[in-house]
Amino acid sequence: MSNYTMHILICGGTGCISAESDIIADEFTKELARVGMTEEVQVLKTGCFGFCEKGPIVKVLPDSTFYVEVTPDDVEELVNEHVVKGRVVDRLLFIDPSSKETIEDSKHMDFYKKQQRVALRNCGFVDPHNIDEYIARDGYQALGQSILEMSQLEVIELMEDANLRGRGGGGFPAGLKWRFTYNNESDQKYVICNADEGDPGAFMDRSILEGDPHSVVEAMAICGYAIGADKGLVYIRAEYPLAIERLQLAIDSAREYGLLGDDIMGSGFNFDIEVKFGAGAFVCGEETALIHSMEGQRGEPTTKPPFPAESGFWGKPTCVNNVETLANVPVILLKGADWFKTIGTEKSPGTKVFALAGKINNVGLIEVPMGTTLREVIYDIGGGIKDGKEFKAVQTGGPSGGCLTAKDLDTPIDFDNLLEKGSMMGSGGMIVMDEDDCMPAVARFYLEFTQEESCGKCTPCRIGTTRLFELLDKITQGKGTMEDLELMKELSHVITDTSLCGLGQTASNPVLSTLDIFWDEYVAHVTDKKCPAGQCTALLEYKITDACTGCTLCTRVCPTDAIDGKLKELHVIDQEKCIKCGACMDRCKFKAIIRE
Amino acid sequence: MAKIKSLDELKALRDSVQNTVDVREHGDNVEDMIIVRVAMATCGIAAGAREIMNFMAHELRDQGIDNVMITQVGCMGLCYAEPTVEVTLKGEEPVVYGNVTEEKALEIIEKHIKNGTMVDGIIPSTHKSLDE
Amino acid sequence: MSCTTCKNEVVDKMYQELSDYIDSLPDKKGMLIAVLHKAQEIFGYLPREVQVFVGRKLDIPVSQVYGVVSFYSFFTMEPKGKYPIAICLGTACYVRGADKITDYFKTELGIELGETTEDGKFSLDGLRCVGACGLAPVVLVGEKVYGRITTLDQVREILAEYED
Repeated sequence: MSNYTMHILICGGTGCISAESDIIADEFTKELARVGMTEEVQVLKTGCFGFCEKGPIVKVLPDSTFYVEVTPDDVEELVNEHVVKGRVVDRLLFIDPSSKETIEDSKHMDFYKKQQRVALRNCGFVDPHNIDEYIARDGYQALGQSILEMSQLEVIELMEDANLRGRGGGGFPAGLKWRFTYNNESDQKYVICNADEGDPGAFMDRSILEGDPHSVVEAMAICGYAIGADKGLVYIRAEYPLAIERLQLAIDSAREYGLLGDDIMGSGFNFDIEVKFGAGAFVCGEETALIHSMEGQRGEPTTKPPFPAESGFWGKPTCVNNVETLANVPVILLKGADWFKTIGTEKSPGTKVFALAGKINNVGLIEVPMGTTLREVIYDIGGGIKDGKEFKAVQTGGPSGGCLTAKDLDTPIDFDNLLEKGSMMGSGGMIVMDEDDCMPAVARFYLEFTQEESCGKCTPCRIGTTRLFELLDKITQGKGTMEDLELMKELSHVITDTSLCGLGQTASNPVLSTLDIFWDEYVAHVTDKKCPAGQCTALLEYKITDACTGCTLCTRVCPTDAIDGKLKELHVIDQEKCIKCGACMDRCKFKAIIRE
Repeated sequence: MAKIKSLDELKALRDSVQNTVDVREHGDNVEDMIIVRVAMATCGIAAGAREIMNFMAHELRDQGIDNVMITQVGCMGLCYAEPTVEVTLKGEEPVVYGNVTEEKALEIIEKHIKNGTMVDGIIPSTHKSLDE
Repeated sequence: MSCTTCKNEVVDKMYQELSDYIDSLPDKKGMLIAVLHKAQEIFGYLPREVQVFVGRKLDIPVSQVYGVVSFYSFFTMEPKGKYPIAICLGTACYVRGADKITDYFKTELGIELGETTEDGKFSLDGLRCVGACGLAPVVLVGEKVYGRITTLDQVREILAEYED
C-alpha cells in the first residue's frame, strides 16, 4: 500500500485557481524537497471544496486540518510547523463567524457542507439497475411499514404533518392533495407521477429517475395505499430514453420481487404501475393538460375545479405528484415528520434540488435545505461566476419565473420568499447570468418559448404571448419605443389575470421581473439603440481597426464571406453581409476586430 | 427470485444483501474489495463516462486485477466535472475524481487502486448524507 | 431501391408492423399517442397516409389524429435528414451561446431550423434541454452528443465527421 504518511490537499477548483492555488502547490513541492520529505508527504490538487470565499483551501490528511485563505507565502511556515514539527498553524485556521471559535479539523466543519441530500440520497450511490442495492439502503421498508402497520389515514396524517410541499413548482402541500383524493370515493382511483420535466434547464427529475428509480416506484405505491388507488401511471417525456429504460426496469424488478402486483407483502394491497410517454409539450406539466395527454388527446388544460382529486384520469379521482416530491416520501415515512421538519424553514420544510447552470463554475445538480441563501448556492457550492465576471442575475422558475439580483443574494430561498421577490421556485432550474447577458434578450428568449408552447386554447395566452414576444423582439432589434415598454407592462398584467392555466398566468413573469429590475437596460435599447451587455446583434457592429496586419485569417473564417481584404492590406467588413456571429473576432490574433 | 411475502422477509433480504451487495460477484475476498462507481446519467454518458468505464474494466481485466468491482450509478450532481469516478478502498472514505480521461483512469488504476495512493483531481465531498 | 415493387414491399411491411402493434394492444382506449410514437419509430415521420391509417385502425377521426400530431413537438410530418442535427435551445445552452451556434449551422448548411438539406443528408432542429447543462452549449447529431460547442471551427469539424 501507499508509502505516504501525510497528504496535502490543495483546492484547484476554478474559483481557487484564480486565487493562485497552482503556485501554492508548486511551493509545497519545493518546500517539501527542501526538508527532504517528498517521499512521505504527497501534494494533491483537488476540485472545489465549496468554500470559495475563504479560498484557497488547504486540507492536511490524515488529521483533516483545514486551512483557509492560504497564500504562497504561508507555505514555508506550514511545512516547517505542520509537516515537520506536527504543530498546527493557528493563524490560518477557520474562525467560526458566529461562535468566534477557531475550527481545527474539517470533521467539525460540517456547516461548510452546504448541501444535504434527501431526495438525491441514493443518486450516484446505488446501481439503479439493481433492486438489491436499493433494498440494502432500506428500500421498500417504508412501503412495508405503511401497508402492514399503518392505516391509510395515518399515512396521510404523517404526510400532512411533514408539510412536504410539491416540488414541481406550485408548492401545494402533498399531504393535503392525498387527503382530497382519499376523501373522494370511487371504484377506481389513480396515482400519477408527473415526470414531464418541461423547464428547459432543469433536469432533477430525470436525474432521480436515472439514478434512483425505485424511490419513485416505492413512493407511488405508498401514495396508492394512502388514497385507495391500485393503479399508478408515470407520465414521462419521450426525450428521456435512459430514464424510461431504468424506470421500466425498476418497475419490472419490483414486480418480480412482489413489491408491486397483487397482495403486496401479504397485506392484501394491490398496486401496479404503467409508464406513459409524453410527446413534447410544455403545457403538459399542468395537471389537467397532462391527464388529457395521457388519455391520448391534445394536452390542453381545463378549468379547475373540478380538480384531478375529484375528477382526473378518465374522470376518476387522481393524485398527481412530481418526481422530486415522491422521492422524498419514503424517507419521511421512515424517519418521521419531526425529523423532516428539522431541515429547511418553518413554512417550507425539507430540501430542494436545483439544477445550477449558466455562467457558473460548478454547473451541477445540488440539493440544499430550504432557507439556504442564494449567496451560499452561487459562491460556496457553485464556485462563483465563470471567468471571474460580475454576477448580474439568477433566473429561477424557468419560463414561469423571474430574476433575482445581487441585492437578493442573502435572501433565504423558499417558496414564499421567491414569490415575494417576483420570481418563483418552479421546478428548480437556476440559471446564473453575468454582465454579458442582456436582460431584454433573456425575456425575449423565454417569451419565444412560451408563445411557441402555448396550447392555443385560450385567447389571452395564445395571442397575448405572441404580441408580447413581438414587442420584445422589436426592442432587441432597436426598434422599440417608450410606449412599447408601457404597453408591455399592461399586456403582461392582462395575460396574467385572464389566462386559463398556469402556463399563461405565469408567462409574463420573466418580462415583468426584468422590466422591474432592469428598466434602465430596456430604456437603453429603446432610446440609445444600444445593448449595454453587447449581446443584441442588431445593435452591434463589428469593425476592423488599424491593428489589422492583413493576414487574411478572418476572411477565411467568415461564414458569409463578409470580410474583404488582400494579403497585408487592411481588411474591411461588409456590414450588409455580416451576420455578427463574432467568429472573426474569436480568431483574430491581433485583437484588431472590435465590437461596438 | 421468490416473491417477498412479508415485512420480515423484506428485512431479512435487506440484511443479507447489505452483506453481499458489495461482493455479489466475488464471494470470498471481501477483505480487500475495491468499489469503483462511475456516474452514468445522461450527462455523464454524454461526457464519455461509458468509454471510461469500459476502458477501466478492460484495463483491470488485462492486468489481472480481480478485487475491483465496477458499478454504474446515477448522477453525482457534479455536471461540471463529468465524467466522474468514485473509488472506495476497503475501510476508507470514498474518493471522487472528476474530469476523468483515459490517462487519468490509468493513473487511478496504477496509483490509487494498486497502491492506495490518491492522485490529483479529487472532488471533495460537499454534501451531508442522510444520517449526518 | 429504384424498383417500385421492392419499395412497395418495404412500405407494406411497415404498415403491417404498425397494424400488428395496434392489434396487440389489450385496450385501444387512450392509446393514440402511444400508437403515434410507434408509427414514427417505424416510418421515421408521420405523413398524411400514416395518419389516415392510424385513424382508421383506432376508429378515430383523422382530424383528431392530425390535431394530436400537430400539437406535440416530438411528432414530425416531414422526413428528417440522414443525420438529424438538433441544437439544444434550453436556457443553460442559450446563456452560453447556443444562438450563435445555431447561426453557424444555418449558414454552413444553408437551411433554417426545421428544414432538411436538399440532398437529404442533414436536417436542423431546435431541441428543449437534453439536461446535459454541464456541457452547454450542446449539439446532437442523431444520438451522439457534442458538448461545449462554441466556435465555428468546432461546427465545421462536426459536419466534416459526416462527410461520406
